[in-house]
This record gives sequence, structure tokens and C-alpha cells, in this order.
Amino acid sequence: MKTLADLAAIRDKMKGKVAIREGSSDTRIVVGMATCGIAAGARPVLNAFVEAVNDAAMTDSVMVTQTGCIGICRLEPVVEVYVGNEPKVTYVKMTPEKAKEVFAKHIKGGAVVTEYTVGSAE
Amino acid sequence: MVRSHVLICGGTGCTSSHSPEIREAMERELIANGLADEVKVVQTGCFGLCALGPIMIVYPEGTFYSKVEVSDIPEIVSEHLVKGRIVKRLVYNETLKDDSVISLSETGFYKKQKRVALRNCGVINPEVIDEYIGTRGYEALGKVLTEMKPQDVINTLLESGLRGRGGGGFPTGRKWQFAADQVADQKYVVCNADEGDPGAFMDRSILEGDPHALLEAMTIAGYAIGATEGYIYVRAEYPIAVDRLKIAIEQSREYGLLGDNILGTGFKFDINLRLGAGAFVCGEETALLTSIEGKRGEPRPRPPFPAVKGLFGKPTIINNVETYANIPQIILNGADWFASMGTEKSKGTKVFALGGKIQNTGLVEIPMGTTLREVVEEIGGGVPNGKKFKAAQTGGPSGGCIPASLIDTPIDYDNLLAIGSMMGSGGLIVMDEDNCMVDIAKFFLEFTVDESCGKCTPCRVGTVRLLELLNKITDGKGEMEDLDRLEELCNYIKSASLCGLGQTAPNPVLSTLRYFRDEYIAHIKDKKCPAGVCKKLVSFEIIADKCKGCTACARKCPVGAISGSVKNPHVIDTSKCVKCGVCMDTCKFNAIIKK
Repeated sequence: MKTLADLAAIRDKMKGKVAIREGSSDTRIVVGMATCGIAAGARPVLNAFVEAVNDAAMTDSVMVTQTGCIGICRLEPVVEVYVGNEPKVTYVKMTPEKAKEVFAKHIKGGAVVTEYTVGSAE
Repeated sequence: MVRSHVLICGGTGCTSSHSPEIREAMERELIANGLADEVKVVQTGCFGLCALGPIMIVYPEGTFYSKVEVSDIPEIVSEHLVKGRIVKRLVYNETLKDDSVISLSETGFYKKQKRVALRNCGVINPEVIDEYIGTRGYEALGKVLTEMKPQDVINTLLESGLRGRGGGGFPTGRKWQFAADQVADQKYVVCNADEGDPGAFMDRSILEGDPHALLEAMTIAGYAIGATEGYIYVRAEYPIAVDRLKIAIEQSREYGLLGDNILGTGFKFDINLRLGAGAFVCGEETALLTSIEGKRGEPRPRPPFPAVKGLFGKPTIINNVETYANIPQIILNGADWFASMGTEKSKGTKVFALGGKIQNTGLVEIPMGTTLREVVEEIGGGVPNGKKFKAAQTGGPSGGCIPASLIDTPIDYDNLLAIGSMMGSGGLIVMDEDNCMVDIAKFFLEFTVDESCGKCTPCRVGTVRLLELLNKITDGKGEMEDLDRLEELCNYIKSASLCGLGQTAPNPVLSTLRYFRDEYIAHIKDKKCPAGVCKKLVSFEIIADKCKGCTACARKCPVGAISGSVKNPHVIDTSKCVKCGVCMDTCKFNAIIKK
């Protein structure tokens, strides 16, 4: 038999899983997943973001999604981050480790990790 | 770690267009692409846009794919799920704007909808109780059992203004109050899921898409009126709904959300399932209760009302599925939240099954007070093939029609009654200029004649006599006096029948007489059916000047009624003609006309 506390625990566990279907997130992490991106290692980057968001229990406010080729294939994997109405930030040559760092500093902390952005790569 | 959810509709509509095969193909393809751990496939209830099924939604993007086939699955996986490139050719075209994909909630079909009763349909997997709990399921029950007294629950419902969604529109809180005020050793909570109006499937969708909402609401009802047992009476023709209800009841018992000591509070409640054999009269509350008792489903006179003397002679509340589906939301969000939607006397939202001559056939939930025009033109996408809207029929065989001149009427209980229709359970059938209103009245009357249980004479005999008069008119043998006879008989049946079935059966006749009397007169005086529907009043003719003598029509005619030699004008023998219209469809020169 479940108690009220059990019910709340199930709710918290499931909330993140069901929240993905609401699509009302104010933060979007978009990973370029065209052939070039996948070849350069975009899949582990995508998964790293998904894991980080889940671990932080932020699935109802952060959406991780894919997109096609952004056009700068030589800098893949490319990740674009949209927070609220702020201008988008484009990160390039991403790795799972960099992904964790971007998540911690930019998504959670609000500070853009300038050294990984397209501006500094150029 | 799961990064994407693929929702596939498992409602009755999409199941019959092979959504289970699509789900299997998707699961196979995900394994083949090594994505089984990253993408989760979820079978849900109805999304509402049944005309476009089978339907699939991919989250987090919220991409809405329609009319998906098994052969499309490899492309959806390799393009969308692997590379993030949306398969545009399968995207519901309303969500494609300037070549980019917009959210489903911004499309005409969903924009004006407000989903309360249907909130979980098409969102959660109805066979997994945890998904329901994840969308605040059973939180209302917890709140009721630990923080509220039974009278508080009833007061909340009274304040919310919720009225019965099954047809009559009786205030739910008052119904519960009557039952709560009775002193008895046992009371019952009953759910009327015997949805029987032709073309209506609101309740089916809730049962299939969100069965736990019903169980939760019935348990709350048990607490409020002091009952420990509930019955759901559902039609056996809803096999998917019955299966999901069984699964849901089983899961709730396992979690201790039904049973002897619910959530450890000591409150006891359990729910039984009863299958109806498909008699329309069993949707009438007293007949339904009689049927649950194991007797022939026939109504009995009221009073005593079920709240005083119902199932097995004990105080009973009986509510419709959609009514129950609103209740956990009212408890969670408060009476004021619910009362803020709708009109002065009709609060909240109403689900309608849109059907007939309309682009977006399906299920819609709108705030009360939305106009018929908004429903037909914006949500429904208008009448197809450039035809003109003629009328909408609400309330099924108990209701009436709303003519085009009243299309701006805000839909609520009282407005519909005032114009001679009724809310009913929520069937909304759209008719265009090709529909004959006398024929429509006949259609609904044939239904009630079939479904009359035969217990009382006004209904058993009266409806048959009404139908005979209508047949006389559509056969071209009517007299003007028949219109008065129709009206007189309608009023007798209305006032003298035992139950709601008979009392409302004449409504389709009365309302078409009220708004489309000219069509009746055309049938009687001119012996013409203006819409060209009533076969006895229609004749086909070949215009000699236009006929090239190609013989195509003569070869297609199933009864050999067309004669003529090659390259000479043909002639139709009207005594043989069965008026099937095949000749007219076949003719390439528009030489055949219907009169």
C-alpha cells in the first residue's frame, strides 16, 4: 500500500519524464546532428546534456533537442543555447566534458563559457 | 538516458488505422539504430484529431506527424530521431508555417481549445499508473482524504458551478448533497459510461486516454457522500476502454488507492465494472441502475430520485464520465479557477465530438460560451469542398439543430435549450447544403424507434407513428395537415413518456420544423426535396442536346434503365430507375441532371 509520501515520491520521479511532453521550456539546448555532426561526435554530446539536465532535475525548464546541419561543419559538434529572450550562444567543437561544463556554468550559473563559443574559435 | 519521447495514439480511431503496427515498427527500428535507450515509445489515448490518424508526436520538439504509415517509420527514425531533421512531408500541414514547424497548440484546431477533462489524453500512457501520478494524479484524492471534510468537497463542487456533462446539466454538487444528506447503511457511486448517441465518443476517449482520472474522481465522490462501493457501467462495444479500465483498477488496488485503507487513512472504497450490452435506453439513469442489478434495462418513474433510492434501493449518485474527469482538477486548482471559465450559468469546458461535413473530424474541448462559428470555422476548419454550412445538430437523438442564422450563438446549456436544442453528451454533427433536414429528422427518429425499450406507450407507439408521418412526407404523399399532426404528436410524446428517451425523442422533428419548415413544405406542396436526398422525390434526366451517345451511362446503370443507340441521345426509363446516381457520376459531358 502506498502512503501520501510514496505518492509524492513517484510524482517527483515521473514529473521530469512527463515534462518533456509539455514543450514549454524557457531554455533550449540544440545539438547539430547532421552527418557532419554525428561523425564529429555529436551523439555523446547530446547524451551528456540529457544526463546533466536529468541529474539536475531541470527537465521541466530545459529542453534538449537536435537540429540538422548548421553550416559550419568544420567546427562540429556545434551546440546552440537559447535562454529566455537572450541572444543565442553558439558553442563549437564540443565534447561530453565541455557539455557538462557548459551546463554547470551557463545553464545553471548564467555565465557564458566564452572560450568554447564560435566567436573565440574564429 | 531518454532524450526523446515518441507518442503514438492508441485510441479506437487510430487503432483501427493500424497504430499498433506502427508502434511495433517504431520499436524495431529504434533497436536497429541503437536508439532504444535514448528514445521512449509511449502509447497514449486520443489526441482529438481523429481524421488525421494514425497520429504520432515526437518530443521534445513536439513535432506532429499525421497519417503515418508503417513504411514511413525508417525515415522518421533515420532522419528525425538520428539527425534531428523533421520529416516535413508527414508533418500536419497546419503546423507548417513558412517552411518552419510551429507548435501544435498554435494551430487552428488546438488554439481555441482548453483541455481540462481531456488534459491527459494524448499526453500520458493510460496503462501506466506512474505516468498519471506524474501529472499530479491522485494528488486531489490525497488532499480530500487528509485535508477536507466530506462537506468541504461538496461545497467546492457547488462553488465551482460544475453541471452534469451527460445531457441534463444538473448541478453536480447538488446531486452529491442530496445523496450525502441521506442516512443509509450503504450508498453507491455510479459512473454512466454507456455513451450511446450516434457519432459521440467523448467518454470513450477519456476512458481510453485517462482512466485513472475517473477512478480518482469516483473515490472522491465515495468519500463525499459516504459510500464504499462504486460501479462503472460501460458499453461492451468499447473493448479498448474496458481493457484499460481493468488495468487501471488493478493498478490502483495494487497501490492501495482502491481498497480497505486508502493511502493509510482508513477510508475504504472499491470499484466494480459492469458491461452494458449496447441498449441506448441504458444510458438513462434509472434503466442503467436496473441493468446493474441484473434485470432488464428499463426505466422507472422518478421520484424517488436515485440520490434517495437508487442502486439496490440505496442512495446513489450517478454521473457521467466527463463530469467525473473534471473533479480532480477542481479539487486541485480550486472552485474559483473552474468558475473563471465559461459563462454565467455554465462553468468550465465541454468536450464535443465533431463529425459530419467538417474538415477536422475529431474531439475538441472548448470553454463554455465559445460560439458555434468558432467551433465550425476555426477549430473544425470549415465545411469541406467549398459547400455552405447549413446547420449543426447537437445532443444526438435527444437534441435539435442550430441553423446557420444562429451560428454566432455562444454554446452553453441555457442558450442551446433556448433555441430548441440541447447540450446533450456532446455530439456535434455539421450539415451542409446537401443534407435534407426532413431526412435528418427521420434518421434520428429511426434510431429512437429502434432503441425505445417499449415499456411506455407514448414512446413505443408514438415514435413509430411519428416516423410513419415523416416517411409519408419524404415519399411525396404528405399533406399540409400532417405538419400540425406532427407537432401535436410530438407534444404528446414529450409530455407523456416515462423517461428521457421518449421525452426528448421528438426534439429533432420539432427543431427541424421550427427552422426548416420551408423544406417540409417543399416536400409536401412541390413534391421536391431541395437537397436532392429523398429518393422518391428525385428524378434523373438526360439533356438530349448535351448527350453525345457515348453509352457510358447505359453500361454503368445497374438496373438497365438507360436506353439509346450509339451517337444518339439516350433516355432514362424513370419507372425502372433506382436513383443511385451512378449515371450522373459517369457522364463526362454533364448531360445528366438531378431534379
